[in-house]
Amino acid sequence: MDPVINDFSIRIATANGTGSQTSNIVIQRALMKMGLAASSKNLFPSNIAGLPTWFQIRVSPGGWQTMASQWQVLLPLNPATIGRDLRESEPGTVVIENSAMKTADSEFEGLCRYSVPFDQLAREISDAKLRPRLKNLIYVGVVAQLFGIPIDAIRAALGSVFPGKETVIELNVNAAQIGFDFASENLKKQDRWKFEPADQIKHRILIEGNEATALGAIWGGVSVVAWYPITPASSLAEALEKHIGDCRDADPEGGKRFVVIQAEDELAAIGMALGAGWAGARSMTSTSGPGISLMGENLGFGYFAEIPTVVYDVQRVGPSTGLPTRTQQSDLLQVAFQSHGDTRFPFLLPANASEAFEFSCQSYDLADKYQTPVLFLSDLDLGMNTWISDPMPEPTGDMQRGKIATDEVIARLENWGRYRDVDGDGIPYRTIPGVTLHPDTAHLTRGSGHNEDAEYSESPEVYKNNLDRLSRKIDGMVVDLPAPVLTEGDAPLGVIAFGTTDLAMQEALESLDSKPAYLRIRAYPFHEEVEAFLAEHQQVLVIEQNQQGQMAQLLRMHLPQHADRIESATYYGGLPLTTQIVREAIEQQLGVETR
Amino acid sequence: MSEDKKPATNTLGLTKSDYKGGPSTMCKGCGHDRISEAIIQASYDLGLDATNILKMSGIGCSSKTPAYFLGNAMGLNSTHGRMPSFATGAHIANTSMTPIGVSGDGDSASIGMGQFVHILRRNPKMVYIIENNGVYGLTKGQFSATADRQSPSKRGAYPREESIDLCGLALELGATFVSRSFSGDKKQLVPLLKAALSFDGLSFIDVISPCVTFNNHEGSTKSYTHQKEMGVTFHDPYYVSPQDPIDIEYEQGELREVTLHDGSKLLLRKLEHDFDPTDRNASFDAIQRTRNKGEVLTGLIHIDVEARSMSSNSGLTDQPLSMLAQQELRPASGVLDRINDSFRI
Repeated sequence: MDPVINDFSIRIATANGTGSQTSNIVIQRALMKMGLAASSKNLFPSNIAGLPTWFQIRVSPGGWQTMASQWQVLLPLNPATIGRDLRESEPGTVVIENSAMKTADSEFEGLCRYSVPFDQLAREISDAKLRPRLKNLIYVGVVAQLFGIPIDAIRAALGSVFPGKETVIELNVNAAQIGFDFASENLKKQDRWKFEPADQIKHRILIEGNEATALGAIWGGVSVVAWYPITPASSLAEALEKHIGDCRDADPEGGKRFVVIQAEDELAAIGMALGAGWAGARSMTSTSGPGISLMGENLGFGYFAEIPTVVYDVQRVGPSTGLPTRTQQSDLLQVAFQSHGDTRFPFLLPANASEAFEFSCQSYDLADKYQTPVLFLSDLDLGMNTWISDPMPEPTGDMQRGKIATDEVIARLENWGRYRDVDGDGIPYRTIPGVTLHPDTAHLTRGSGHNEDAEYSESPEVYKNNLDRLSRKIDGMVVDLPAPVLTEGDAPLGVIAFGTTDLAMQEALESLDSKPAYLRIRAYPFHEEVEAFLAEHQQVLVIEQNQQGQMAQLLRMHLPQHADRIESATYYGGLPLTTQIVREAIEQQLGVETR
Repeated sequence: MSEDKKPATNTLGLTKSDYKGGPSTMCKGCGHDRISEAIIQASYDLGLDATNILKMSGIGCSSKTPAYFLGNAMGLNSTHGRMPSFATGAHIANTSMTPIGVSGDGDSASIGMGQFVHILRRNPKMVYIIENNGVYGLTKGQFSATADRQSPSKRGAYPREESIDLCGLALELGATFVSRSFSGDKKQLVPLLKAALSFDGLSFIDVISPCVTFNNHEGSTKSYTHQKEMGVTFHDPYYVSPQDPIDIEYEQGELREVTLHDGSKLLLRKLEHDFDPTDRNASFDAIQRTRNKGEVLTGLIHIDVEARSMSSNSGLTDQPLSMLAQQELRPASGVLDRINDSFRI
């Protein structure tokens, strides 16, 4: 049996809240210490302790970060799911099981089973108090020995997880060693899976999407952060609070140059962000779909009163409470047209951690320049999983604060009005209390109908002109939004995808013989390149992670001349998108075409 | 114009009309207009620089009034019940600016109750005025949550639910400046507003402000008549700025004196009853006792000059966040390299 090197997945099934997460991360990090771009997916429940959770680690020659649809090694360590875990495994799967909860062999034939007396081995951990947590390291040792992870890599991984805590590291290494020794003395290698050192990581870093997003906000200059806890967005604001004090210098007296407020709800969070944006600070709030729903009214206020702020939507599965710990791209339509009345909100669609940093940083310039709430749409998969990513790029160029009604501007324009379009781009010169001090700039900002001088007006003409100018302003944003990324192909098909679908797309493209052209949309409203792409291809398949094909709908709506070319392929089960799903969707579409 | 006909000016050399806003669109006789006048008077007397004031409001009749005072101040008329969060954000973006938040009983006691409660806990430096008339005026006279059970509507219907005493609630939530006044009592309201503007924290003023169109009829507990008959106060307040000498003379023991954070003083002249408004228990008792008698207590109900505002406690730089430049906001080059390195395996 020829060994298969660096091309398989390990699935670890445990119960939530048992401390297994640390062990799983140690395995992933140990593989990275070997130079392998190991991806991990944490499939966790909406629960604090007790419900089943799975962690899937994948190593592939290409270093792909997507989840594989199948696993070659299973650790069914949760009695509540062992039957299901074994049933879902393909024949030939390696199973490392707890001998104390062995399931009848006859029921699951064709598996390659290693039986480990985990409970018995755990007694070798002398510290009874620490035993419940340390015992998880035993399976780390077994996996290491069976598949070729040196114990030194485990030690190095623990060093990354517990930096500077030598005693903790040693206790954990010792626990792993128990499993390692048991495996080398008692388990005869019967499978072909093996890890070997490689050079897949190179210059790249390991980071969670939410953390990269938070850092982007700091580099973007955010100084007022208002948020309300919600999965999967909480770790964004928490990471921001963790880093900002360290990254941003205080004033010489030690005064902080930021404030983070945990608001009482999302209504208040967006109110504070808009209040701060109106008063001239760079502000943000971070939430998920349910929070966006609650923010609706105030977002509409921000659109109509023209107030900059940045709103992060780390998407999860809806509708309603939905599946809070599962991923989806299902907020596109609600975000694009959030709030009552005719509104439109620009949004950015990062596909990876490095881009999350870049777009997050850029959002503040966009919000200021166009005086409107800018939305940043990531998802749970990007936000809460760790990714091997290009380093976060240093922003180029200076911050853009946009048009401000300074004394000089007022003097130059003669006819300045808060909502008067003097440059023909739909963007007026805005006021900042305490900064724009010319007596003419004082006014009452309102969400009710207003004329160019910000005075209350119910005039149909005034209202219509204002709304049309707003529309023109949003359309004009395209020049500053991230342009789509085109990958040429040779098959008679175009594919459009966005966000975290990108990685599965890239991997699928590599494995397809006949490759469709691929356009990755990175922002709304759409660039001209999107129209051109639709015009060039008779058939365009839009692949996305929601039920209704929301991106396909947006495209049909804005480019009706090409509506009949747009086909939709959707996945909305809530798990991270696999390459297999994307590849099958493309093959099916190509099959229809060639028939 | 001859020299002696020039209107009086304040310390900034401004006339009272410099503190006015646009013409009011309230009903004739509306209590809210009297409150706007009191704000104008207090601001003029204090020599307030209106460009340091942020006029914040929600939705409703009361929330329209920021258009009618301090025309040189910037204002934001936000969404229904959300004035507190907008005011918090605007103030924290530039703590050298003081918000005057104007809300109504519908805006704060119902749809905005959550934000009202939490801004009291958060305690930013601002003035929070509720123009309290017991009805929804703009939607034509429905009961609000401050309408008393015994107070009939114009058509004779009675509220089905208990009314909320906003001052009692504010006390319960730990508010550090709690007061109630009456739009018809400028003598009381103006000094309270001056003290509120000088206070380092949230100064809450619940102003009974009769709605002449929907809630000024016989039997109403929010009418001019009712307030004149049943309003009680324990002190007459006098505001003394740090510059002014105290020019009122009283017998020893007649005055309670509260020194505010900017050195100004609020002098409270005892009336028939007395109580110590710095004693939270006494404040609770005063509200409860008067309420039980069907009276409406006005005046300074509670003050705590030891507590400081959210902004004073925030550890923020003195420079407004809104005015920070790129070099103060964006980490120096090299910091990102260090951060990237910390994420290397």
